[in-house]
Amino acid sequence: MVAQDAHAHSAPQGFIRKYIFSLDHKVIGIQYFFLALTAVFVGMFLSVLMRIHMIWPAASLPLVGEIKPETYLSLLTMHGTIMVFFVLTTAPQGGFGNYILPIQIGAPDMAFPVLNMLSFWTTFVGFVVILAAFFVTGGAPLHGWTGYPPLSALQSAGPGEGLGADLWITSIAVFCVASLMGALNFITTTLDLRAKGMTLMRLPLTVWSWFITAILGLLAFGVLLSAGILLLLDRNLGTSFYVPLVIVNGQVMGHKGGSPLLWQHLFWFFGHPEVYIAILPGMGVASQILSTFSRKPIFGYKAMVYAMLSIGFFGFMVWGHHMFMSGMSPYSAFAFSILTMCIGVPSAIKTFNWLGTMLKGRIRFHTPMLYAIGFVSLFVSGGLSGPFLAQPVLDIPLHDTYFVVGHFHLIMGVAAIFGIFAATYYWFPKMFGRMMNETWGRVHFFITLAGTYAIFMPMHYLGMAGQTRRYSEFTQVAYQAKLVPLQTFMTYAAIITITAQFIFVINLFWSMFKGPKASDNPWEATTLEWTTTTPPPHDNFGGVTPVVYHGPYEYGVPGAPRDFVMQTDPATVSTH
Amino acid sequence: MGLALLVVIWLITLISTYFFVAKTWWLPTGAAAAAGFIDGQFALTYVIMGVVFLAAQLGLGYIAWRYREQASSPPSDYSHGNTKLELVWTVLTAVLFIGLNLMGSRVWASQRFEPAEAGAVQVEVTGMQFAWYFRYPGPDGKYGATSPKLMDPSAGGEAAIGLSSSDPAAKDDVVTGTMYLPVNREVDLSLRAVDVIHSFFVPSFRFKQDAVPGLNIHMHIKPTAIGDYEIACAELCGLGHYKMHGMVHVVSQEDFDKWLAAREAEKQ
Repeated sequence: MVAQDAHAHSAPQGFIRKYIFSLDHKVIGIQYFFLALTAVFVGMFLSVLMRIHMIWPAASLPLVGEIKPETYLSLLTMHGTIMVFFVLTTAPQGGFGNYILPIQIGAPDMAFPVLNMLSFWTTFVGFVVILAAFFVTGGAPLHGWTGYPPLSALQSAGPGEGLGADLWITSIAVFCVASLMGALNFITTTLDLRAKGMTLMRLPLTVWSWFITAILGLLAFGVLLSAGILLLLDRNLGTSFYVPLVIVNGQVMGHKGGSPLLWQHLFWFFGHPEVYIAILPGMGVASQILSTFSRKPIFGYKAMVYAMLSIGFFGFMVWGHHMFMSGMSPYSAFAFSILTMCIGVPSAIKTFNWLGTMLKGRIRFHTPMLYAIGFVSLFVSGGLSGPFLAQPVLDIPLHDTYFVVGHFHLIMGVAAIFGIFAATYYWFPKMFGRMMNETWGRVHFFITLAGTYAIFMPMHYLGMAGQTRRYSEFTQVAYQAKLVPLQTFMTYAAIITITAQFIFVINLFWSMFKGPKASDNPWEATTLEWTTTTPPPHDNFGGVTPVVYHGPYEYGVPGAPRDFVMQTDPATVSTH
Repeated sequence: MGLALLVVIWLITLISTYFFVAKTWWLPTGAAAAAGFIDGQFALTYVIMGVVFLAAQLGLGYIAWRYREQASSPPSDYSHGNTKLELVWTVLTAVLFIGLNLMGSRVWASQRFEPAEAGAVQVEVTGMQFAWYFRYPGPDGKYGATSPKLMDPSAGGEAAIGLSSSDPAAKDDVVTGTMYLPVNREVDLSLRAVDVIHSFFVPSFRFKQDAVPGLNIHMHIKPTAIGDYEIACAELCGLGHYKMHGMVHVVSQEDFDKWLAAREAEKQ
């Protein structure tokens, strides 16, 4: 471990250095959090417009007017891109990882504070660039968040494929650069800045999850960055990486010899690990919270660590399961599908261990715990549709239908969002020094849980019935027109669920200023962030360097004075 | 709070399961040779995953309620896990998942590694923004040449796929906007796309395959029931994706021959 004062910096003076261009990981974490909060509201607004358009294609809507089929496709492209990058990647890792990881390992800050500030502001630039795509001539691109060429590579392939598409891919490239900087910082910090006694096997599972996520990010975003640059070249300089000879509207395009499948391989080499980048931090948070509020050690700590490591490892070898129908060699489908089934095993272990953690505990139902339990429920529901899609023969009827949309929304969308909610309710007292309102937290939880199931569970039924995704209306195909009543139900569910999110936002801001003051350790938890003051001082521990004697989840220890032993408690009580 | 959680999780679980079990929405009736196996494999996977789903969700709700903190609760169990249980669980899941996967492999292989039967009906499917074209090679059994320079999508038919009039093999090619197939005969499909990626999806045939510019993908299917079936494009291809719709008419061999002969006659 390097000397901790090598990178220490004194507390900044002045508003700009303190709150805008801050080097403090806590401020940067909160900046990431609010960026993601802004992004999630943009993404949600787009989704409600989509849901309304699907049911009432002719309706004229506030702010946007009448939605044309191409507008609908722009909405879904931007919804997917903003949600995946600027919410599901940004909030759990950039937000909570940044704020909590250094404190949980007993460090005064991240290893590279300047790099940390740069990675936030680069992410911010990426967000501004993607929003700009709405306002340029032709509007936002219509090629979906997966951006398959030739559609995404040819300006004449549709509206939005001009400057809008350039901004889209530029924003993703900028985001990749930011994520690479962040990943380096997380990895270095976890390896080098741990306090004395904080061995790898005493790390809270949240730290493990952020650490593994950072490794995935380092390996995945580099590939997406390269793929994105090649796409920009194809679009603007006439290269043919992804585009063969094609004829659009009777015009022969100038490309020759490129492979549309090359993009799909590169994209999904990033895209599949990205699913785990979104969900691993949620797994970490769920483990932390389930143990804390069940007042019981986590069931199978080492199994949890190894499961996350093997999810990360296998995560890089399964990208081809997105491509069973793509024209890729059918032989490779065997390898990809077996490896995909393998990834189900550590996921099953995690579920088993979460249930094992709650079993024979003394469960306290504070809002963070409700969300952690909701996370497990959604993780199970979203996970179990995986073994359908992982079998190439079953993927034939299900690929690119609503079954897939339901699957990934439950697992990487809503489950990850539940992880973010759990983390927000759990760490809010530490971050802002006040408690959030419990009653409204519960109301928000129950509406959101029932609401998300009402939106996404029917998607599986639609998919079985053959409802293809990315259709702006269902009037053109007779068998799909019959499914509209179910779609209508989902639209109402979406409107109610989205409205309920204002309960959360109001609770968040109200509690920030008016909530009851929080103590240093309101949840009676054991990890290091609960040993310091609320909110923590600039250097996290007020000049003291913590020393760690215990594992992270020592609850209900026989013979201990309290029902929990903090990681820094002296070694007088024996734990293991 | 534990009770509320139990009730909500159980209700969600049971309602979701009801619609699966009642088959309110389900795969459309199969009308091709592969449908029997695929539907069987789907049902098997569904039963296994359904049991796990019920066990996990009902268990989650029960445990949350049963172990809620009360004044009378015993101290929580100071346990860090159970390696033996962990191993049993891991091996069971691995065997189950990989077993399911291997079962499905045979049908995948027979559809994709083996060529179509000799004497199969040949049809070329071409996707373009936003229509499907079907080409039958005619009595000579050979597709004539096409040329990108001749393509005129607005003209439709032969001109849309750029069929060359100078190639003798092209003289008897029939190009249509609706697909006709004889029942119970193997069909050798050849899939192409001229502009962007499309996906040829016939839910009743349990058939889907992307049509990719630059690739000529061969697949084979065997329709087993006379009827009209809808084709939907399953890969986002642009603003008209939602209306890139087509029909397959599966008819008797006799009707098929008559239909094809009539199209040939129109050409002359």
